[in-house]
Amino acid sequence: MWEYAPAPESRDIANLKPNYRMFVDGKFVEGTGEPLKTINPATEEVLAEVSTASASDVDSAVKAARKAYDRVWSKMPGSERAKYIYRIARQIQERARELAVLESLDNGKPIKESRDVDVPTAAAHFFYHAGWADKLSYAGYGPDPKPLGVAGQVIPWNFPLLMAAWKIAPALACGNTVVLKPAETTPLTALVLADIIQQCDLPPGVVNIIPGAGDVGAALVGHDDVNKVAFTGSTEVGKIIQRQLAGTNKKLTLELGGKAANIVFDDAPLDQAVEGIVNGIFFNQGHVCCAGSRLLVQESVADELLEKLHARVSTLRVGDPLDKNTDVGAINSREQLAKIKELTESGEAEGAQRWTSSCPLPDKGFFFAPTVFSNVSQAMRIAREEIFGPVLSVLTFRTPDEAVAKANNTPYGLSAGVWTEKGSRILWMAQRMRAGVVWSNTFNRFDPAAPFGGYQESGFGREGGRTGLEAYLDV
Amino acid sequence: MAAPTTLPSALADAVRDESSLRRFLHGLPGVDQVGVEQRAAGLGTRSIKKAAKLHAIDLAISMVDLTTLEGADTPGKVRSLAAKAKRPDPERPDVPQVAAVCVYPDMVKTAADELKGTGINVASVATAFPSGRSTMDIKLADTRFAVEQGASEVDMVIDRGAFLSGRYGQVFEEIVKVKQACGDAHLKVILETGELVTYDNVRRASWLALLAGGDFIKTSTGKVQPAATLPVTHVMLQAVRDWKTQTGELRGVKPAGGIRSTKDAIKYLVAVHEVAGPEWLDPHLFRFGASTLLNDLLMQRRTQLDGHYSGPDYVTVD
Repeated sequence: MWEYAPAPESRDIANLKPNYRMFVDGKFVEGTGEPLKTINPATEEVLAEVSTASASDVDSAVKAARKAYDRVWSKMPGSERAKYIYRIARQIQERARELAVLESLDNGKPIKESRDVDVPTAAAHFFYHAGWADKLSYAGYGPDPKPLGVAGQVIPWNFPLLMAAWKIAPALACGNTVVLKPAETTPLTALVLADIIQQCDLPPGVVNIIPGAGDVGAALVGHDDVNKVAFTGSTEVGKIIQRQLAGTNKKLTLELGGKAANIVFDDAPLDQAVEGIVNGIFFNQGHVCCAGSRLLVQESVADELLEKLHARVSTLRVGDPLDKNTDVGAINSREQLAKIKELTESGEAEGAQRWTSSCPLPDKGFFFAPTVFSNVSQAMRIAREEIFGPVLSVLTFRTPDEAVAKANNTPYGLSAGVWTEKGSRILWMAQRMRAGVVWSNTFNRFDPAAPFGGYQESGFGREGGRTGLEAYLDV
Repeated sequence: MAAPTTLPSALADAVRDESSLRRFLHGLPGVDQVGVEQRAAGLGTRSIKKAAKLHAIDLAISMVDLTTLEGADTPGKVRSLAAKAKRPDPERPDVPQVAAVCVYPDMVKTAADELKGTGINVASVATAFPSGRSTMDIKLADTRFAVEQGASEVDMVIDRGAFLSGRYGQVFEEIVKVKQACGDAHLKVILETGELVTYDNVRRASWLALLAGGDFIKTSTGKVQPAATLPVTHVMLQAVRDWKTQTGELRGVKPAGGIRSTKDAIKYLVAVHEVAGPEWLDPHLFRFGASTLLNDLLMQRRTQLDGHYSGPDYVTVD
């Protein structure tokens, strides 16, 4: 037997500090909220103590953002704003390894993903939007479109740095200033991004980053002087925010949960479909809002595909997120792990057939072995509720119409995957999928030029591309 | 068409006649180019260190088909290659022997004499290598001659012209007949994937060769660019894995040409390990067709053991 020796990335590269402070008005300051301890989900050890914002800190952050907006940022020519944004992008690239290791420590995702996906894509978002800053007149929103003002942004824990980039880059490019709240369990990379922003000499107050729990987010989105709210997270919280904002003139975009269908037809390239299914649900431990958590496979190839899928999933290496050979890392928190366990138990109780990879799991930390449920029916909770973990539900269909009906039979509508060698069927399916993103013969591919967003309970508004600018312009 | 071995009924049906063979090959699932290349690149990022690396280097050495296929080959050249095969690193007797020495048919006797009793195989290219452009009789005579001279392995080329014009039955018959002419010698079937171009063709040709009784499927002659690539090898590894699922039989894969560094070789071994499975990590089921690779493996082996790199003057040039 050939066992791969451990190949861990050095945690020293993360440049971890014992304390992190919030970033307001260009300075790192102590928050007056109760400090939080952020842990490494792979070992359950405390990584650092992070100061959090109180309601008055939220107010001072919004005031700083307002001042920066009125005095500097909204008046600055786009070509000048672009220079700052390009600088941020380059600094992210400069400090890519540090950011990747820190992200894996704080979030639990494997280093190969933070290194090859999260950090490069975050830099790409800044590069892309820097290019728009002086070309907004040509974006299709009329001549000289205006920014909105102060953007209050709340982001989730699954892609801490990348989501910060998705939020901050378009806001700055369009001339808005930002107050961003990172997730409670993953505040560290956003604060290193704040350090980068400080080193890039961004005018004070243009970007403010205030860690904290849900109450800080509520105070931020509810603040009277915020003009625009952008939230990525659970549908449950998204609904609360939408209610909170009803009747105000704040502009809102929501990017929420999903229960995406990955649809495999019998003429699909099966080996690559298996790769796409694995990538769709086990990428980032399944903590992906657009994860392909429902596999819809045509009955005539279901057995063959499932056999290949089991064999492939058995090769996934679960363990130390810092090991370069780890495919599936740690579940981000004890709460999330409990939620995944509860939902998988319901799957068994409701009669689905459970298959779990026999891969060894570490003794410490929050880990969950990749799991595939077959014989799943639409009525089961595991087919309807977002699990947000490495758990795949397999359903079958007989005809293209049935595939469409089943794929769309969800309150969500964020993404979908279509696997077939027939080009006409790809187009036919894409027209009928009620999903913001439809991938064909691939899954979970992200590019700053491609708009991303949902239907129905998956939210509204788009991020990325020309379309994504609309969320940060007064149009 | 005569099937060479006893095939399971579903597969026996596939080789009943030309049209069923064609239906079978065209009924295989397609290969998505973007997907397979992405997967190959992704697996290529595996980080193999320390004991795992040393193990991989020794394994790779034992899988090398040390090759010389030049118009300028002489008995002297072949003899020195045979000496290298026996003792790849003369100062380190614990280095494993290579799997085989691969030569043109007229050099087989020289190689066989040198390697007698060592357990190292003599592989010979045959069937109008590398183009395969000759008559059936000549190809069979070429094969018989190689085996008579002492080759224990024959590396044949398929008729790519026949394959690309859809005459699958002809390609099948050729492989079956060459296999018969091989007798006890192992047959490696060179697909020349650089001329087949698409991954769909690679998959079909792989299955065609497996159905016709090839013991190994081999990527390339080394005379056409591109020679072996990782994604092509992925497709071929998937074919032998699927073959095992359907028949229970283990068949081998041999990438050849263009694999020059230890780093590349390890990427191939990772692919073998994770695409086909750990049981293919065996010189009976996986080979490297290479000439310069061996010295890089030896240099990296020394680096692993000595803790520093010594350079090319510390390994023999043959």
